[in-house]
Amino acid sequence: MKEKLAQMFQSKNRSRTLSFGLVIIAYIVLEVLLLTGNLSSLFTSLLVPVCCYIVAAIGLNLNVGISGELNLGQGGFMSVGAFVAVCVSGVLSYSIPSPIIRLIASILCGAIAAGVIGALIGIPVLKLQGDYLAIVTLAFGQIIKSIINNLYIGYDKNGFQMSFVENKLALAEGGKALLSGPMGATGTDRIATFTFGVILVLLSLLIVYNLMYSRNGRAIMAARDNRIAAESVGINVANTKMLAFVTSAMLAGAAGALYALNYATLAPSKFDFNLSILILVYVVLGGLGNMTGTIIATTVLVLLPELLRSLQDYRMLIYAIILIVIMLVTNNEFLKEKFSKLRLGKKGAMK
Amino acid sequence: MSEENRTPILEVTDLGIDFGGLTAVNNLDLTIYENETVGLIGPNGAGKTTVFNLLTKVYEPTRGEIWLCGENTHKMTTVQVNKAGIARTFQNIRLFMNLSVLDNVKTGMHNEHSYSVADAILRLPKYKKEEAEIDEKARELLKIFGLEDKAEYIAGSLPYGEQRRLEIARALATSPKLLLLDEPAAGMNPQETEELMDMIRKIRDQFHIAILLIEHDMKLVMGICERITVLNYGAMLATGTPEEIQANPQVIKAYLGE
Amino acid sequence: MEILSYLINGLGLGSVYAIIALGYTMVYGIAKMLNFAHGDIIMVGAYLSFFAMTRFQLPVIVSVALAVLGCTILGVVVERLAYKPLRQATSLSVLITAIGVSYFLQNSAQLLWSSSTKVYPTIISNGAIKIGSLSISYLSILTILVCILVMTCLTLFVNKTKTGQAMRACAEDKGAAQLMGINVNHIISITFAIGSGLAAIAAVLLCAAYPSVSPTLGSMPGIKAFTAAVFGGIGSIPGAFLGGILLGVIETLTKAYISTQLSDAIVFAVLIIVLLIKPAGLLGKKVSEKV
Repeated sequence: MKEKLAQMFQSKNRSRTLSFGLVIIAYIVLEVLLLTGNLSSLFTSLLVPVCCYIVAAIGLNLNVGISGELNLGQGGFMSVGAFVAVCVSGVLSYSIPSPIIRLIASILCGAIAAGVIGALIGIPVLKLQGDYLAIVTLAFGQIIKSIINNLYIGYDKNGFQMSFVENKLALAEGGKALLSGPMGATGTDRIATFTFGVILVLLSLLIVYNLMYSRNGRAIMAARDNRIAAESVGINVANTKMLAFVTSAMLAGAAGALYALNYATLAPSKFDFNLSILILVYVVLGGLGNMTGTIIATTVLVLLPELLRSLQDYRMLIYAIILIVIMLVTNNEFLKEKFSKLRLGKKGAMK
Repeated sequence: MSEENRTPILEVTDLGIDFGGLTAVNNLDLTIYENETVGLIGPNGAGKTTVFNLLTKVYEPTRGEIWLCGENTHKMTTVQVNKAGIARTFQNIRLFMNLSVLDNVKTGMHNEHSYSVADAILRLPKYKKEEAEIDEKARELLKIFGLEDKAEYIAGSLPYGEQRRLEIARALATSPKLLLLDEPAAGMNPQETEELMDMIRKIRDQFHIAILLIEHDMKLVMGICERITVLNYGAMLATGTPEEIQANPQVIKAYLGE
Repeated sequence: MEILSYLINGLGLGSVYAIIALGYTMVYGIAKMLNFAHGDIIMVGAYLSFFAMTRFQLPVIVSVALAVLGCTILGVVVERLAYKPLRQATSLSVLITAIGVSYFLQNSAQLLWSSSTKVYPTIISNGAIKIGSLSISYLSILTILVCILVMTCLTLFVNKTKTGQAMRACAEDKGAAQLMGINVNHIISITFAIGSGLAAIAAVLLCAAYPSVSPTLGSMPGIKAFTAAVFGGIGSIPGAFLGGILLGVIETLTKAYISTQLSDAIVFAVLIIVLLIKPAGLLGKKVSEKV
């Protein structure tokens, strides 16, 4: 037992222990606040979305931080996951009454759908060297938004109906329109819960950490650090990058699915380029490859505009300024030097 | 032992590559036998590193054939060439600078183990067993190169000489039959070079591999190579034992000029 | 004849994209950064010219000049304050900063000028030249002419002037350029100035075609022009021109013959296909790493 405990705090495992501990403690505190009625309705409504953003950001950090490929379409993968999950949940509502099973099935389908699309994009693109993934994922985000904006899907006793661009659904009685073009999903069962959101966060942490500390994870990081050397030791760079990219897309799909099942209505425009960028901002500010940082940055940056609500119109302006200032400060050579001295000092003290 | 009885690891015939109109390497023939150390020397710009890049398929040859243990490599990629038995180091060090020293060596063992992503994510017994093997072998390799105390250091933080040694350790981790060393002694002082020579001999015998090395330090080349091939302007100028090469007037001319 | 008139409309739209894409490509070529705030400079240019014409009743040409001046100054100031301190930083940090600048400009515009859409005044009569059944709007002609003029001036500037040569040197190798006595910071400032000035011209042409001004006006043309720059080969001036024109033509023809709603999807799909076939873009140079 003692050995296990000591192992948990070894340098390699410290970050993992920290992330898991942080999430669990935050969950307990928030649950207590919820039960005692000490959480404002605004914060309560943000609990599930924060979990979703964290999962999507952890996935993106695997892609950008660990694998070193810029991805500007994480919102697009969330979108795929979200609308697949809405459809699956809508269809299953006839046959499976248990919301938790429906939730799990929908999220799983959302994740798989996003993963499959990620693989389809990744196969041709990851063979190319350079920043192509960034541009192609940006384009993909636009394409998927545009497609779902024009997609009409309904379900009735005769099965699925689908139409494109124009709404041609003719549903029998008791049928349900699952997607209605620019309106998106309407009348979704709100089956997402905060507890499940936290489980999803823990699960994504588990996946990413266990992947990182495996032969595949080492290969991903090796391909990031030096593509040519990675190939010279027998690592198939395109395949390892693919693994990171598809895992990232699946996590985004799961996040989108959970997000969609938290709202009765959801428009496709929610998952636009700005969302992809926002998640990228969480990742960069949290620190590339740093999952604990990602969790903290995401939480703070989702809550920040809400905390600044009293400043009303100025809040997004202040948000923008904070963003720029953080980048300027963290990249300032002078401050960096001071900071590294501070850290060295600490290390010395520990000895 | 006569040449005919030994197994060739590498057979190169009439190898050549053109970049646009420029012929960088031409008419290169080279045979390397088991457990042999061969030197590839020549003035700057002679095309030595290009030969390495051709052998490892970083570049596609324009002409000629490369046979590795009786297998033609013309359809292989860099990755497949490594799996088939060639490992290399680079003239300008290419380590995984943000990974630990230990992890750098472990990446070399990527293809030796077969546990899947699912094994890793679920931490199944296969993962644990193979990771333990990987860890043990990697630490053993580090010990050979005197880097065992620095296993947890970040590779980028090592001094230059240690980075060069780590690169060799990483290449050896892929269990090659032929090791290509691109200027392993570059930037080392005479004492470090001496140590490196011992190390190269030691790994050749311990791992029973063939070594092809590019080097400007003639003391090192003449000291450990059994045969030497000289390149000049991309073409083969001479090949033979160190004594033959040292006495070859053409080689002397190429190095010293008229 | 119908297709011909669509083609000319497409050339008009493409000319606007091309002018914006030039800004992206020049900044990328020299500062090696994706300036995601470029679209918002367009937005500022639109507002400046809008207020010059409506509130101050200035003539069109003076308003355009003021917008160009304003955007040029804005571009240089943004570069000095936000990007210059990040010269040594990772490209991702610079990208995030550019996103911050983009948010900043959009939200400032919203505070200063409200988020409600304003109707841009007509700057060129709605008439058209009719040749048989073919009708070409004055606006299309003007836009295409302006684009050709811009392109010609820029090509001459980059190839014939000393500053232009210095720019090309910086694009090739900043370190070497510095050693040759070129003031790299100065060159980067000039690049931002030109790019932002062009954004203002594009803004006026864009608003003449779609006469509504709002704080998010620049986002979509910005993304599309960036696409155009990649399409043509990022970093290449003729590439940006070609990419912009092609993008405009493809978009217009798609809207006319396939689907208005799906035009964006198709444009971006074409981009992906082109990149898969020609990874460096239509006119880009492929740079391979030395081993």
